Amino acid sequence: MSSVTSTVESFVEKPKRLGELRAEIAAGRTRAADLAAGYYERIEKINPRLNVYLSLTRERALEQAERVDALAAKGDPLPPLAGIPVGIKDVLVMKGAPATAGSKILKGYQPPYDATSVTKLEAAGAVLLGKINCDEFAMGSSNENSAYGPVHNPVDPERVPGGSSGGSAAAVAANMAVATLGTDTGGSIRQPASFCGVVGVLPTYGRVSRYGLIAFASSLDRVGPFAGNVRDAATLLSVIAGPDARDATSSPAPVEDYAQESDKPAEGLRIGVPEEYFAEGLDAEVRAAIEKGIDALKAAGCTIKRVSLPHTKYAIPTYYLVATAEASANLARFDGVRYGYRSPESSTLADMYSHSRDEGFGAEVKRRILLGTYALSAGYYDAYYLKAQKVRRLLAEEFLRAFNEVDAIVTPTSPIPAFKIGEKSGDPLAMYLADIYTVTASLAGICGVTVPCGATTAGLPVGMQVLGAHFKESNAFRVARAVEAAKI
Amino acid sequence: MTAKVTVNDVQRVAELAHLELTPDESVHMLKDLNAILDYVAELNELNTDAVAPLAQVSELENFISTPRPDALVPSLDRATVMLQAPESNGTFYKVPKVIER
Repeated sequence: MSSVTSTVESFVEKPKRLGELRAEIAAGRTRAADLAAGYYERIEKINPRLNVYLSLTRERALEQAERVDALAAKGDPLPPLAGIPVGIKDVLVMKGAPATAGSKILKGYQPPYDATSVTKLEAAGAVLLGKINCDEFAMGSSNENSAYGPVHNPVDPERVPGGSSGGSAAAVAANMAVATLGTDTGGSIRQPASFCGVVGVLPTYGRVSRYGLIAFASSLDRVGPFAGNVRDAATLLSVIAGPDARDATSSPAPVEDYAQESDKPAEGLRIGVPEEYFAEGLDAEVRAAIEKGIDALKAAGCTIKRVSLPHTKYAIPTYYLVATAEASANLARFDGVRYGYRSPESSTLADMYSHSRDEGFGAEVKRRILLGTYALSAGYYDAYYLKAQKVRRLLAEEFLRAFNEVDAIVTPTSPIPAFKIGEKSGDPLAMYLADIYTVTASLAGICGVTVPCGATTAGLPVGMQVLGAHFKESNAFRVARAVEAAKI
Repeated sequence: MTAKVTVNDVQRVAELAHLELTPDESVHMLKDLNAILDYVAELNELNTDAVAPLAQVSELENFISTPRPDALVPSLDRATVMLQAPESNGTFYKVPKVIER
């Protein structure tokens, strides 16, 4: 990545590789407790500027670290993530730690249970450092919608990290965690990973349990990892993936050793390049970087094929109807009755509901709830929501047909690099393309990996999105490794 | 053919969502809801008469979830859960009266 100009304060620091850290702990050269302490020191130093962490879970982290150190001292084999410091997006619940979902309406809420992905990370020996800032209820693409202040991009703190998992991406970019968990409903893992220059994974819908994820849109939400390199991200996915009796939408599809799969060369894989994604609105420097990435895949022995996904543009109205409709249903539970914020001094129950929600929710969340409520209301359900679900099938089938011809589809992850805080891109074409790039895969349920692929001349990271068919994360990881190796 | 969204529609939607809108917010919401009509018009360009809705992506994989046995297992501890209540007597949640007499 070309160096950022000297007038920008950069907090970028690449985490060590997961395998290296685990080996040091196993050999007794590093203690997990000391590693965690080091991370907390760094967090203390730079979190005031970057606003990544909302709360820290020191006690639990220390217990987790000490368990690992005890195993290492005995010379026992260590679990896959032994001692690895990991951060958790604040829409995933951890027992006894706050879960705000980036919202005032959950201020002070302490969940009485762990999300399944959290339980799995802990069982694998990870040291969970704390809860990470995000757009409110995962709604947003810049982390400017958090009720707790924006997250700042470590590459240039005057810029957004992307969203809604902006904090999770920034944490890895600034080495405030070796890896993090985020969530992706319409692009919320992929886009911030691209903006911050790190790896982000969109697992197939149903690959990772959503139990313990504060829901935004139930047919779209996915939990997925961020890491500093593709192999580590793949390792994390293997840990958190798998069926869960508590999530009826989780899949029994076998969980592969994704890291090992990613080691396989990409030679012979067929790569689709969809023409609809290389349209007006795509920044010239982003395009150039992605084209270099595609050249690298060619050099790695992949076949490049032009593909067409003609229904692509319909993804936007489909997504807006489906996501807002589902959000309006999921956020109905926040009413001041059982948990979270309750507005004081309401004389009737109805007032208590509306005052609590008015005062607790931010503007963007309210807006989406209202849009969704309208789309589902009597007289409109068939024409709006149901129609959108039909078009959704057309989009999904279009991808399936494409994956009969190719093993992976590559696109830019975002048409533009990270913009400045407060200055959403003025270019409506760019904003439109930005949605297109990510919501298409979200609606179809397919998987993807975003991998750093060069930078603009100003030093802002560019990401390449590698999409795979349902449960074919291995293909996506192999292609991503090839791009990563080319060091665009 | 496409009816435009009215101020009454905005009001009704706000009531359904248990949200109160300021006059300013109502104006913006009116614009946003009208934009939905544009989205729907776009979707109506496609003939989906023979297309079944895709509500659950997993069905594409012919995935059938095996129901778990209907057996009683421990759930969350009530006392812990009630700690999160804004107002309660430990067993029930306390709320303002439902009906104004």
